[in-house]
Formats: sequence, structure tokens, C-alpha cells
Amino acid sequence: MAKRRGIEVSIAIAEAAALAEVDVVSAYPITPQTHIVEHLAELVANGELNAEFITVESEHTAMSAALGASLAGARAFTSTSSQGLALMNEIVYIASSMRAPVVMALANRSLSAPISIWNDHSDVMNERDTGWISIFANNGQEAYDLTFMAFKIGEHPDVLLPVMINFDGFILTHVVEPIYMFDKEEVEGFLPPYHHPYVLDPERPVTHGPVGLPDIYTEAKKQQEEAIRNSRKVIDAVWKEFDERFGRRYNAVETYKADDAEVVLVTQGSVTEAAQVVVDEMRKQGRKWGVVEIRLWRPFPFEDLKKALCNGSIKCAVVLDRAISFGGPLGIVMSEVRAALYNLSDRPMVVGVTAGLGGRDIRFDEYVRMFELGEECLKEEKEPDRVIIVGLRE
Amino acid sequence: MVEIRFHGRGGQGAVTSAEILALAVIEEGRYAQAFPAFGAERRGAPVLAFTRISDEPIKIRIGIYEPDIVIVLDPTLLRSVPVFSGLKENGIAVINSKKSPEELKAELNYDGNLVTVDATSIAMEELGVPITNVVMLGALLKAKPELAKMEYVEKFIAERFPKIAEKEVRAFRRAYEEARS
Repeated sequence: MAKRRGIEVSIAIAEAAALAEVDVVSAYPITPQTHIVEHLAELVANGELNAEFITVESEHTAMSAALGASLAGARAFTSTSSQGLALMNEIVYIASSMRAPVVMALANRSLSAPISIWNDHSDVMNERDTGWISIFANNGQEAYDLTFMAFKIGEHPDVLLPVMINFDGFILTHVVEPIYMFDKEEVEGFLPPYHHPYVLDPERPVTHGPVGLPDIYTEAKKQQEEAIRNSRKVIDAVWKEFDERFGRRYNAVETYKADDAEVVLVTQGSVTEAAQVVVDEMRKQGRKWGVVEIRLWRPFPFEDLKKALCNGSIKCAVVLDRAISFGGPLGIVMSEVRAALYNLSDRPMVVGVTAGLGGRDIRFDEYVRMFELGEECLKEEKEPDRVIIVGLRE
Repeated sequence: MVEIRFHGRGGQGAVTSAEILALAVIEEGRYAQAFPAFGAERRGAPVLAFTRISDEPIKIRIGIYEPDIVIVLDPTLLRSVPVFSGLKENGIAVINSKKSPEELKAELNYDGNLVTVDATSIAMEELGVPITNVVMLGALLKAKPELAKMEYVEKFIAERFPKIAEKEVRAFRRAYEEARS
């Protein structure tokens, strides 16, 4: 039976990879992810995990080695943050394009400069268009569950795509909290062995990632786009099976008290639960507020989001972005939410806010301010073009 | 929910205290969360660690600005760090000091709840090093026994310090006995 225990979330994430019996861990340490790969290195060194731990000289190589291992038929895992992911970028794009189901645990951290080791979502948003399945966890339990399930999703023969699990650096990685940890017998049969249909094998040579001349490149990209779009069926099926077996439900879009809400905050990551606390508290004062979380970032859950936001009650969706798109509308998630609702006549107003950049705490009254900004925009019937930075000192 | 803020210096084990307390609470089936203030930690520099304790799942993850309890592992911090900052009106300060609560209250011009313990002396006598993290947990439980069960705190002290478990547990118990309020 799953044992409930107090554990640092980073260690739990490493244990999820170990539970999946990864064959290859290829990683380079970077704050705040380091404890994850340190723990895996320890498990391998102690003989508790039968895997190859490849110590590399950079994240670029970490992803290259994971990609090669994955195509050679090994279950491959890596973990990084921020600058590490930015340095990986070239191979991140190649891994999805070569259909290598690597799993990456991404401890979300801001990007330099100025140097910041603290949390926001700059790193994942910078990789938005790399073709990975991308999922957000809100707490330690979710980070553990989703990391374990990522292998089953990515390696499914109908998917064969890499998966990144996002969880807030420090805010989640460095916290000790209760997590239900599986034992091996309990998950028996959930995760089938990994087989790549075109595995690298000297006996039966195949070529991956050769030159794509102009007469084939477009078709290759179209196939890749279809693959990630189709992965949604598998994602839903895996989450459903997990719920049936272990009793925890994951959805592409999660809603909290949104049914009768007039204003909702649209969130990703650990701010989701904090926003729920604010909603609970402010509902006592009669404020009809709710929370809608975009858990599945890629493939983007268009239909689920439309259903959640166009429920006949919500008049304004305030989207909280944890990163900035400079020189654009600022809000990356806000733009995507607006685009998803663009052609709907009954859509709510979409207002963008950003906060919590570079590790700044978002305080209770700042969440209240976000909801109130939504109410003010409704009153003035004005939908701002650009996001409003909440908590900015001027 | 009870929110506790630990003040220590890098290397004194404030984070370890915060974690041991949380682990003991979680072992009971209740909810707890422990985490460090995320900064560039340096040995000797003032550091913070936090523990939240609740009967419900804990959804808040920001730092603790209005603690129910503050714990000060090192008396020299009183001169340089605003340790009482945001402490709730009926909150408790648990301070490593040779002085009695009355003396220290007068000195610090503080009239709230105060528990003192000479943690440095206990640590030197029992452990031979001025590391007061586990010792201060003893004083904390004296100040607010319902926070966690002694036996579970002792269990996780022993797990964290397997080679000197007996000494650490003895230091912890002494602080529990000797804390003054």
C-alpha cells in the first residue's frame, strides 16, 4: 500500500523516476533542481536503482545523451531549471522532432539577467514551442504522480513524444510535506515496458534525424503536430486509469468554485492552491470568485478551456502570467486564453496580470487585487491590451 | 493553522529543526510543511526557516510574515535581526538565552509571551558543539506541547542524526525540562 510520509518534494520526484525504473539518467546539477538528480545519483551508486547515471559537462549534453539513450530503447530521464533548460534548447526541440519520449522534471525558475535562482515560469515559456507535452503540478503529490505517469504517456506507441513536468522551483522543490509514495507491487502493470518501434540497433540499422529537404520538411512537421495533438487521447486515458487504480484525478483544465463565479483567476502551478484559499476567504464576504487552472499546457486544451470559461456565469477571466513576453502583450498565457476564446460570442472578458516574478511572494491582498482588477475592467467595460503587473514598486 | 518562523545562522541547522517538527506532525497523520527561506545561504549569516502545521491540507506556500511562534536559535541575532517582526499579539517567542524571560523582556522592551532556554550551554554539554537546532525544539514543545508528539519528534531526531541520536535526544529532553516561561 502507498505509504504517506513527510518527504522533500525533490526527493519524491526522484523516487517517481526510480519507481518507473528508468534506464538512463543524464543530468547536470542546477539550482533549484539539484536535489532531484543528486538523489538519483545516490540510488544508482547504492545499487538501489539499476540505471546508468551519465554525468555530463553541460545541459546541452544532458539532453543529447537522454535523446540518444531514448532512441536506443532506454527509458531516459533528466531534470533541469532555468539557464540549464535554455542551454538545452537546441536539443529540446530535436528530442520532440525525433520522437524520443524522454521525461524531464523541470523545476521552474526565472531566467537571467539579473541572475535569479528563484521561481517564475520564464524557463518553460521560453520553450513553449519546442513540441513537448507540458504539464503543471501544483503540489508535491501532483509532482510525484505526474512524473511517474509522464513515462506512460510519452512512451505510448501512439504518442512517442517527450514530456516535461513543471513544478515551481524552491516553492515546491525544497518543501517537506506529506506525500503518498507507491511501493513497486502496487503499481505493477501500470507502466508497460518501453519499446521504440524504430530503435537504434546495429543489427538492424535505422537513421533518425537526417536532412529534411524542402520536399519533405513540411510533411515531417505536419506529422509531428498531429502527433502531439493526438497525444491528448492518451493523456486522458492514462489520467483516467490512474484515477481508477489509485484514486487521484487529474484533468487538463481544473476548476475550483467556477460554476457560479463571476470572476475567475486563471493559473498554472503552485499559485493555484493559494488562489483557492483567497477564493474561500473572500466568498465569506459574498465575492463570487473562482479559479481555473490550465494544467495541460501542451497540447493546449482548447475545448476544455472554452467549456470551463464559457459556463454562463463567468464574466471575466483574469489570467495570471508568471513570465513576460517583452514587446508583445506581455502575457503569454493571457494571449493564448484570448486566442482560444476569440471566435466565441459568449466569451468572458480576458484580463492579464503578472506577479511573482523572480521569486517574489504573491501575498493574499495581491490575489484580491487581481480579482478586483477583473471587476473594475468589467465595470468600465474595458479589456486592457497588455497585462498589468501586480505588486510593482514605482 | 500554526505558523512558525525559525531564526538561525547558516550552519546551525534551522532548516533541520523546521523539517524534524514537520515530519513529526506528518507522522501523526496531520499536515505540515517545512521549508527554508530561499536565498544564497552562507555559514554564519542570518537565515530563516518555516514550518506550517494544520489539521487540513496546506495550500499556502509563501514565506511566513505573521508567525504564531518565532524561534531564535542564536542569541546574537537579537541585536541584528527584527525577530519579533509580524509576531501575532498572542504569539510566542522561544529564544536561546541564558537570561530569564523577565530579564530578557525588559532588555528587549517586549511584553508578549516569551520562553527562554540556555540552549548553547545544553548543546555544549551534551553534544560538544554550539549547534542548538534540536535543543530549541525541546523548548518549543514546552512552550506549546500540542504542536507535536514528543515521541515522534524524538524518532525523527534519531533518524536525522543516527550516529549521535542518543545525545541529541538527551539534549532535546533537557531543553524541554529547563525551558522557562
